[in-house]
Amino acid sequence: MNAIAETTIEADPKVPVIRMSRDFNATPEQLFRAHTDPELFAQWIGPSGMQTRVVEWDARTGGSWRYVSTRDGQEYGFRGCFHEVRPDRIVQTFTWEGQPDGVALGTLWFEDLGNGRTRLRTQSLTDSFEDRDAWLASGMKTGVDEGYAKLEEMLANGTI
Amino acid sequence: MTSNALSRIFAALADPTRRDMVARLAAGDATVNQLAEPYQLTLQAIYKHLKVLEDAGVVSRPPGPQPRTVRLEAEVFDLMDKWIERYRRQAEERYRRLDAVLARMNDEPGNESQEQKGSVA
Repeated sequence: MNAIAETTIEADPKVPVIRMSRDFNATPEQLFRAHTDPELFAQWIGPSGMQTRVVEWDARTGGSWRYVSTRDGQEYGFRGCFHEVRPDRIVQTFTWEGQPDGVALGTLWFEDLGNGRTRLRTQSLTDSFEDRDAWLASGMKTGVDEGYAKLEEMLANGTI
Repeated sequence: MTSNALSRIFAALADPTRRDMVARLAAGDATVNQLAEPYQLTLQAIYKHLKVLEDAGVVSRPPGPQPRTVRLEAEVFDLMDKWIERYRRQAEERYRRLDAVLARMNDEPGNESQEQKGSVA
């Protein structure tokens, strides 16, 4: 029903940046809310197979956030600051507490495409190429299969 | 591919001169002298960088007539493409969950999701 183009990704060869883009069948306001309302955010941020618990959440310019993802009793904490929150753009820092020296700077743009569609563009700037590539490589470890299982389930019960 | 081999590739590509050499080799094979040309470095320093890239499996110098040319090992970059593709798929999977959340928001006309419609398990 909704032919949505898949996520595109680009790892810049000159600066340690990951850029992604994805279109949604939603208004910019809805997409913004899914990123700033902690209850909604916890429902999709994943990774799949993990329970995400938002511990601290002040989605305002100058606010901060922290959430904990749990799998098999193992907890993974993430935290950062909301540098700037406005309807068309969110700028925030991002740290995995397992590696507290690594801080990524993330920017999200919500671009109105009209007809109830919005393009989400994200950019993540890391401290070094090593950190950036380690993030990319971390994609190998997390269960891709699990993700597809979850997706199939959502397709089956009509939530997608 | 072991994680050790991965860290060697990361380390090899973490240096700006080596990254630049790799970028130039992507355009075509080159001799060591050609590679050294743009840099204010001794040939010895260039050989050192090359050794790191060779040990990581990023480049090779196949035997042949002198001067031997340096060649990029394409498989290493296939591997990097694979990481990126997996990372992309993970993001896509996350955004499909977001699609589902947004679809549920459409079902709930109110601004605040105070009352659930009970349509979602």
